[in-house]
Amino acid sequence: MYAFDFEKPGSIADAVAALKDEDAQALGGGQTLIPTLKQRLAMPSKLVSLTGISEMQGVCRGDDGAVCVGGATPHAVVAAEAGDYPALAALAAGIGDPAVRNRGTIGGSLANNDPAACYPAAALASAATIVTDHREIAADDYFQGMFTTALDEGEIVTEVRFPVPEKAAYMKFEQPASRFALVGVFVAKFADGVRVAVTGASEEGVFRWTEAEQALSGDFSAAALDGLSVPADGMIGDLHGSGAYRAHLVVVMTKRAVEAAA
Amino acid sequence: MTQLTMTVNGKAVSGDVEGRTLLVNFLRDTLRLTGTHVGCDTSQCGACVVHVNGQAVKACTMLALEAEGAEVATIEGQADADGSLNAIQQAFQDHHGLQCGFCTPGMVMSAAALLKENPKPTEAEVRDYLEGNICRCTGYHNIVKAIMAASGQDVGAIAAE
Repeated sequence: MYAFDFEKPGSIADAVAALKDEDAQALGGGQTLIPTLKQRLAMPSKLVSLTGISEMQGVCRGDDGAVCVGGATPHAVVAAEAGDYPALAALAAGIGDPAVRNRGTIGGSLANNDPAACYPAAALASAATIVTDHREIAADDYFQGMFTTALDEGEIVTEVRFPVPEKAAYMKFEQPASRFALVGVFVAKFADGVRVAVTGASEEGVFRWTEAEQALSGDFSAAALDGLSVPADGMIGDLHGSGAYRAHLVVVMTKRAVEAAA
Repeated sequence: MTQLTMTVNGKAVSGDVEGRTLLVNFLRDTLRLTGTHVGCDTSQCGACVVHVNGQAVKACTMLALEAEGAEVATIEGQADADGSLNAIQQAFQDHHGLQCGFCTPGMVMSAAALLKENPKPTEAEVRDYLEGNICRCTGYHNIVKAIMAASGQDVGAIAAE
């Protein structure tokens, strides 16, 4: 790794101030960023750790019923403490491996917006609100393409608020080597309709499959998806699977998620 | 350089580190605790698993300064006070849970973390928990068997033939 300075502020305000330096970079659990630094794909002059900020830790229930997760909360804590939203807890329990889940954070995952990450699917399907140090961003506005989000330079994800659906499930088809999602589908059934978010598949990163949402809002069953398909155009094609294969898997995994949620 | 202080295997330690120094480098190079291994250096293989404040982490993917003030446990602290192997280590020996031994420190530390949160895991739970620990010798069978035995369960039913 290139040399860098390290700071570990104890408050959001101090972290925001530390990130005002040019080339400063926020550090969550480091499970993506540290390997990236080792490969010298990034060379920040300063890393600002967010793991010492107690106001960004933990899971709670908001006044409006939403499950609120602090931006620096590790996946293992979400898995253990988000029991009010079982599909979210199950998703967190399936990210990486136990040691990675003890370090990796929800804020880090959402800020990075890896096209094969799990959390973006949960946030988008749940119509979550991404809370930062100075504003709130709706999930529909937040994800803007592979590794691209609405976050400004130095902006920190301090909390994520998940409305809790009536029924929900996340089904992931794992790429057998990395165990990242080759395709992952999060289905969430709310009183006013169904939302379906797909990760792993598209070159544009996480996306909503609106055709399936309409079908499922009328009839929440796997059979309602019969005859629907996703175009292979724009799907990721690599040695693990072609675009057509991923497009096919989107339908399969959506059906499995509906069956698991029903 | 920054002064770093933590507790490792119950002993207060300190040393000077850079911002970029990884926890595993502090343990191996500064403290000369070389039982924690670096295998892949990309947080895939788990040879570097240690406990930080009781939780299993990959020491190759955590900055040393993140462990300021922490309680760290490594493989060197696993044996009992008289030097005899602890239950997990003894089970690895009894059930041939290693061949070359390179992955073993991480396997033992992951097993210890598992048994602390789940004292009687099923075989499937053991295999699931070891997702981030890779062994290129044994095929895992005897590792799983050793961990099951260390948890006090009968391993006759999963004996390899």
